[in-house]
Amino acid sequence: MSITRDEVAHLARLSRLALSDEDLDHLAPQLNQIISAVARVQEVAAEGIPPTSHALPLTNVYREDEPRPCLPADVVLSQAPAVEQQRFKVPRILDEELPDE
Amino acid sequence: MSDDLTRMTAAELSGELRAKNVSATEVTQAHLDRIAGADDHVHAFLHVATEQALAAARSVDDRRAAGEELGPLAGVPVALKDVFTTTDMPTTAGSKILNGWQPPYDATVTTRLRDAGAIILGKTNMDEFAMGSSTENSAFGPSHNPWDLGRIPGGSSGGSAAAVAAYEAPLAIGTDTGGSIRQPAAVCGITGVKPTYGGNSRYGVIAFASSLDTPGPLARTVLDAALLQEAISGHDRMDATSIPEAAPPVVAAARQADVSGLRIGVVTELSGEGYQPGVLARFQQAVELLESLGAKVTEVSCPHFRYALPAYYLIAPSECSSNLARFDAMRYGLRVGDDGNLSAEEVMALTREAGFGAEVKRRIMLGTYALSSGYYDAYYGKAQQVRTLIARDFEAAFGQADVLVSPTTPTTAFKIGERADDPMAMYLADLATIPSNLAGNAALSVPCGLAPEDNLPVGLQIMAPVLADDRAYRVAAAAEAAFTERWGHPLLADATGPASLSAASEITKGAGR
Amino acid sequence: MTTPTLVPYAEAVARYEPAIGLETHVELGTRTKLFCGCPATFGGEPNTQTCPTCLGLPGSLPVPSRTAIEYAIKIGLALNCSIAEWCRFARKNYFYPDMPKDFQISQYDEPLCIDGWLDVTVEDENGSETQVRVGIERVHMEEDTGKSLHVGGATGRIHGADYSLVDYNRAGIPLVEIVTKPITGTGALAPLVARAYVTELRDVLRSLGVSDVRMEEGSLRCDVNTSIAPIGSAQLGTRTETKNVNSLRSVERAVRSEIEREAGVLDAGGTVALETRHFHEDTGITTSGRSKEEAEDYRYFPEPDLVPLAPSREWVEQIRRTLPELPSVRRQRLQAEWGLSDADLAALRNAEAIDLVADTVAAGASPADARKWWLGELSRRAHETSVELTALAITPAQVARVAELVTSGALNDKLARQVLDGVLAGEGDPDEVVKTRGLAVVSDDSALTAAIDAAIAANPEVAQKVRDGKVAAAGALIGAVMKATRGQADAARVRELILERLS
Repeated sequence: MSITRDEVAHLARLSRLALSDEDLDHLAPQLNQIISAVARVQEVAAEGIPPTSHALPLTNVYREDEPRPCLPADVVLSQAPAVEQQRFKVPRILDEELPDE
Repeated sequence: MSDDLTRMTAAELSGELRAKNVSATEVTQAHLDRIAGADDHVHAFLHVATEQALAAARSVDDRRAAGEELGPLAGVPVALKDVFTTTDMPTTAGSKILNGWQPPYDATVTTRLRDAGAIILGKTNMDEFAMGSSTENSAFGPSHNPWDLGRIPGGSSGGSAAAVAAYEAPLAIGTDTGGSIRQPAAVCGITGVKPTYGGNSRYGVIAFASSLDTPGPLARTVLDAALLQEAISGHDRMDATSIPEAAPPVVAAARQADVSGLRIGVVTELSGEGYQPGVLARFQQAVELLESLGAKVTEVSCPHFRYALPAYYLIAPSECSSNLARFDAMRYGLRVGDDGNLSAEEVMALTREAGFGAEVKRRIMLGTYALSSGYYDAYYGKAQQVRTLIARDFEAAFGQADVLVSPTTPTTAFKIGERADDPMAMYLADLATIPSNLAGNAALSVPCGLAPEDNLPVGLQIMAPVLADDRAYRVAAAAEAAFTERWGHPLLADATGPASLSAASEITKGAGR
Repeated sequence: MTTPTLVPYAEAVARYEPAIGLETHVELGTRTKLFCGCPATFGGEPNTQTCPTCLGLPGSLPVPSRTAIEYAIKIGLALNCSIAEWCRFARKNYFYPDMPKDFQISQYDEPLCIDGWLDVTVEDENGSETQVRVGIERVHMEEDTGKSLHVGGATGRIHGADYSLVDYNRAGIPLVEIVTKPITGTGALAPLVARAYVTELRDVLRSLGVSDVRMEEGSLRCDVNTSIAPIGSAQLGTRTETKNVNSLRSVERAVRSEIEREAGVLDAGGTVALETRHFHEDTGITTSGRSKEEAEDYRYFPEPDLVPLAPSREWVEQIRRTLPELPSVRRQRLQAEWGLSDADLAALRNAEAIDLVADTVAAGASPADARKWWLGELSRRAHETSVELTALAITPAQVARVAELVTSGALNDKLARQVLDGVLAGEGDPDEVVKTRGLAVVSDDSALTAAIDAAIAANPEVAQKVRDGKVAAAGALIGAVMKATRGQADAARVRELILERLS
């Protein structure tokens, strides 16, 4: 079960990590080694075994539809890298993932 | 006098404070002095909150003077792992990417500590985003094991463990996701507890792996850990995964300290190859000791525990790849590359590359891989099934024994730098602790001696069923009492590094350097 | 970007069979957001309605709102869905600045409601009605994102913008996503079916009281999927997803335009690209957006910060009992009660006047009177002043009162229109306007006598004709009296008096 350097580069893009060629050279074999090791889970016969996503069988935890105090805008924006018109200023967005117009 | 104060357990300090033999301010100052003297060597703290701590101490003193009834931890200092949000101190999660972020809200654990009157001395060092077993992944340099400064204090709650072992604080809070409280506690010769998952609120805990992260106490005695746990545990409506039931009575159990008639199960799969001989020897002696106290010892097999490590290293990175996506330079923290030309996507990628360390990047990519369509079933999906099998192994084992035991970690504290370039070797530190994270049951580590080959601490891991945390405390306290009697003193007294009290005054003198 | 070749619609549907699908997002009208207690109200100052949870601050955690779940179940029941006995939220992972956590808490392979339907009626060009059962694949819950302003570009859109400004007030607002099963076999009626579906869905949601459902405000958002295949083909064609469809009319136009465009592509021997397209209100056509071939892998996994939802059957039945009479059932009932033809009902529905008429009838008017006023005079006023009927400054109760005054003879139609003027102008209730403007019909005989005498005196030839038996000639005298009384005379009574006088 090996992962190619190209696949590692793809993973880096998906994860929004601007890795250099050097980084990729270093990381790819490490990832490969780890993936081989964790692939051991496939040895386990798990037909019909339900997956567990929670340690405890809790269900139906809700809250009531009651308003609670919000953070003041100045606190919300106080540590933003950039602010304009009381909004978070972010660099131009290329991806039209969910165009909200 | 101040040496005496830092030497005391939390229970002892509590008594002295209650009796008004000493003030919270004195206690706090003594510990701040100790930190000033020792922390240049130990580097347990990322942030020492001198002003806030003294102010909190004064407030406790005023309230006590006014006749108010205060809880047992009022005036007792505690160190907080830098993964918990605090409004009056920065919170880094051991990473550069938060870049001085000061949270606008306190974690529930933080709030409960403040409400209990505990004095938060500061924030302790940790592996970045709780990923690691040595604090070497901290963006701010590792912490050092008070037993031997050239060795790791364990991780990811290494700073918390080192602080307690170096007498800088009687109590500390950490988080345990794969062993990150228990393993540091073991290699530092102190007690550390991972409660049943959901026993302590995760609201305000910077998330690593949501279904595994568990805040818990570190202390020099089992009773101290219990006192701290009772102060912070309980249902939190801000955390949908927090246990609704009343918390188990761990303080009473710690005082009960009795194992007669209890069945102790030794887990076959959690020993043998990969475990240091001296660790196994001390573990074996611990089991014999428990038997001599009246416990019945059996061997139990948990066949799927072999798959716990690979399952964990699929589940945890998967959840973390998602939890860490929010660090994208848009709303807070580090922003790199915003020159007016680069796109948001590029700025995100440059920032995350610069702000995250190697281990974090590895796990993010591993998690992204495991969740990818086409791979989900074989990796993440399979790992979640293995998790069910491990939980069933525990259930079956707890049918044969009341508690299960193992060495907490396969080796004693390794040298700083020894495993830093070998992720797989580093991961092996979690072999024995991980199963309890996957199943969510309670588990703790209590000191059981020094390994003969290197004179470094060994921890005994005690595991109890889900919601039966008190049972683990009961057995641990019994073991602790018996060991202390056998050794003539607590294990820590054997430390010859900065943790030792004889060295304390030398270090304090040298603090001016 | 080359201008697409459009095949004229009639030709396109003569050779190709369309299949459509609709994905609708509904903003729930709860008081608070889905996972935190921030107010879910619209229009606040930017970033004033946020907290650690909806900002996704490190360490924050979500806790779901029971009311939001109840509303979602209610929607599912109204759409004839089965409600899951056990389901979970899931994380949909992708990076985008308007997403505070860079993942959205949604539902993936375990939606809350599945497998329902909604019946819609469309009229073809001959006026005959077809009923179409639109299958509902799923109804699930998810949180809304923040809202971005794109600065620097020509159109305010992302393309060409220099930077963006993000407001997170909307982040975390509860959304319900309703996905239809593919709608096939509608042929040329496809665009109308799409529009009818969205209209009916909107009416159902409104009747449930779970949302404002205003497309213009964004509380109802629609994406339309369109594909075509040669008639007789066993397989469906490649579909495109069209966004920015902001009105009912746009739904219809977008489907139509896509069918024409896809026909052009296929006719030219090409293949339709699996992609997202953007609808343009001004030109009525779609342009290409993001290619779906590089469809993002969202790496869904169950949300570990939330525990499963297992709505009890008792709770579901309790919610079912709160369902109101659904719009289609109500329309049928009213049609029967009011004795309306299908055409009459359609007219009312198209004018969005059903509720107004029903309320006016409830306030005491006859259905015929209520329809007459709302579809007649008031519709004219609404059109003149470019407002919606419901936005007119007059209530059904007031309209009912005017109708009553006419029925009792206190007003005639002409006067009634003046009373409406007064009410719309804000002069008060009908009775007040009547009083202030002195608009009551004069039926006091003595008041009329003088005017009648004057009219007879002024028109002796006409009066003579009437005396001679030409009753119809009285019309001119009646007209004179009405003029003299500024239209306030009771015309019927005037006629009686004149005839009496001249007999």
